[in-house]
Amino acid sequence: MKVTFPHMGNMNLSIKSLFNNLGLDVIEPPPITKRTLDLGVKYSPEFACLPLKINIGNYIEALELGADTIIMGGGIGPCRFGYYAEVQKEILNDLGYDYEMIVLEPFQSRWENFIKQFKFIFKHVEWWKFISAWRLAWAKCEVIDKANEYVNQMRAYAIEPQSVTKLYKEFLRKLERTEDKRELYSLVIGLKDKILDLDLDMKRDPLKIGIVGEIYVVLEPFTNLNLEEKLGEMGVIVDRSIYLSDWVSEHLFSNASNTAKHHKIEEAAEPYLEHFVGGHGLETIGQTILYDEKGYDGVIQLAPFTCMPEIVAQSILPEISKERNLPVLSLVLDEHTGDAGFITRLEAFVDLLARKRRDQVGGQVI
Amino acid sequence: MKGYLGIDVGSVSTNLVLLNDNYQVLEKLYLRTQGRPIDTIQIGLKKLGEKIGDIQIKGVGTTGSARNLAGVIVGADVIKNEITAHAVAASNVVPGVRTVLEIGGQDSKIIILREGVVVDFAMNTVCAAGTGSFLDQQASRLSIPIEEFGELALQANSPVRIAGRCSVFAESDMIHKQQLGHCTEDIIAGLCEALVRNYLNNVGQGKEILEPILFQGGVAANKGIKAAFSEELDAKINVPKHHNVMGALGSAILAKEEMRQKKKTSFKGFDVSEFSYNVSSFECDSCPNSCEIINIYQDEELVARWGFKCPKWEAV
Repeated sequence: MKVTFPHMGNMNLSIKSLFNNLGLDVIEPPPITKRTLDLGVKYSPEFACLPLKINIGNYIEALELGADTIIMGGGIGPCRFGYYAEVQKEILNDLGYDYEMIVLEPFQSRWENFIKQFKFIFKHVEWWKFISAWRLAWAKCEVIDKANEYVNQMRAYAIEPQSVTKLYKEFLRKLERTEDKRELYSLVIGLKDKILDLDLDMKRDPLKIGIVGEIYVVLEPFTNLNLEEKLGEMGVIVDRSIYLSDWVSEHLFSNASNTAKHHKIEEAAEPYLEHFVGGHGLETIGQTILYDEKGYDGVIQLAPFTCMPEIVAQSILPEISKERNLPVLSLVLDEHTGDAGFITRLEAFVDLLARKRRDQVGGQVI
Repeated sequence: MKGYLGIDVGSVSTNLVLLNDNYQVLEKLYLRTQGRPIDTIQIGLKKLGEKIGDIQIKGVGTTGSARNLAGVIVGADVIKNEITAHAVAASNVVPGVRTVLEIGGQDSKIIILREGVVVDFAMNTVCAAGTGSFLDQQASRLSIPIEEFGELALQANSPVRIAGRCSVFAESDMIHKQQLGHCTEDIIAGLCEALVRNYLNNVGQGKEILEPILFQGGVAANKGIKAAFSEELDAKINVPKHHNVMGALGSAILAKEEMRQKKKTSFKGFDVSEFSYNVSSFECDSCPNSCEIINIYQDEELVARWGFKCPKWEAV
């Protein structure tokens, strides 16, 4: 059995580690490239959203390398994601691939169920082995998110933001090879030290932008045209409202702190949206308001073209923006890989925020 | 005398504006880009250089979708996106302007200003139905010079209703109305109304459009569109004198601002029209991204390179 799975940001690092340590033979899909996108677009329904198409590209490229088992998540609720796996199965069947797809339906917050589902794949694995493999993979996931958060702040202070990105990539390469939890933590410390050794201008007071929106396009830089890097290079502190570790822990462990966190988002969204609308629609609204309360200069919403939950959110955002005097930029992402128009909008948005701030402190405005 | 140069290289037109120290336009040029931005920039500089005599260029700004390319060729002091450039020009021409409607060749935008500061903007996202290219195409289909398009619209008695959400729908709707026997004037007026409706629903969605309103971009020359805006918004629409070169005007102003901090301009001089610029591109085969890397040579020297997704080709 050779197992593969779709890409989503740096998720592959944790999943590969988990599967490997459970004794599975893993064939990771090659990094997402134009070819992945071309394959996905060619074989998916035209009106499907972008993540489905890229998933298809990932599967085909992995199957070409010899994978025979695909592990994919399922879902419930109004977002089309819940039906992804079924549609994808049909597409790959039509193409004549010989493979097995295992769909993990949402774990409904109970460990026993979660393990039961996994047992299906990992029949031979002892539970203690599973726990230790999980712990390492989980630590990797958390550590990546911590590092990413730090990097997104420090680019704004670095004289050469590109060197921060370079250090981050080097960190990810090292992390991939690390099999020891303690070593992981020292890797993060090492990354922070190296960044602090760079040429930094800590006297700057950078603009702060929060990113909200649909999870896949927020997490996957190929689809959002490296938004975090681009903003960082424009000297902006970037904060993502969604991290993989938060998302997993929210769905897996329904402990008090997670419930409280989500309750806060719902509460913030309440004046505008009172119930779940699928995907991350509600979170987009709630997090936008929380960013405003935390004093962020602006918010960018990312959505795949035709994403229903984000369309609901998008139609509410202008009102929030007006009432709270908080600039919000909605970016709709699809197949385009040319980023000139994207950069124009980002640049103009950053200019707008900079002038707004200067105006508030009574500076010179053209 | 001293001057500041602004260059806006867009998909359809390339504009140059020469500004003096008092923000007055000394010269302006409007050229068709015709898919050859480098040649057009060189021709533009040559023409401008011949016109202006011994004015000393103190600063240069570029904007538009080819702003980086233009910046490399002329040696720009400031390279800015077209939204900022248009907003700067608008608030310079009409201080206190609160709404800027801009319709260009391939994109359209709306800019909302309050107290001279951009507070909101939007650009058309996935649709070109409300842009100049579409009008251009329809004008040539009806064999009417685009310059007369607007005048004809004003002569309409009862504009026909044309679907405006999508240029494909609009075109088939137009043909259908033609075949029913409606006169050209009424159809053109209907098209202007459809375009305005589409613009306001799409680009202007949820925006608070307050007077004074400035309408600029190449399409602002079209009186039919201007009238349709005025009717739909029930407001006075101002079309500035230099409406078709506002981007270039804005970038000249930005260049002037920039030179307050910068000592010496990077302008390479009007002689750049003498250099030969060559562009070569190749497909990198290091990974399946197959990036198309573009090299820009000034004579034999490599002056810029772009198109890559990874650092491999970063160094020039």
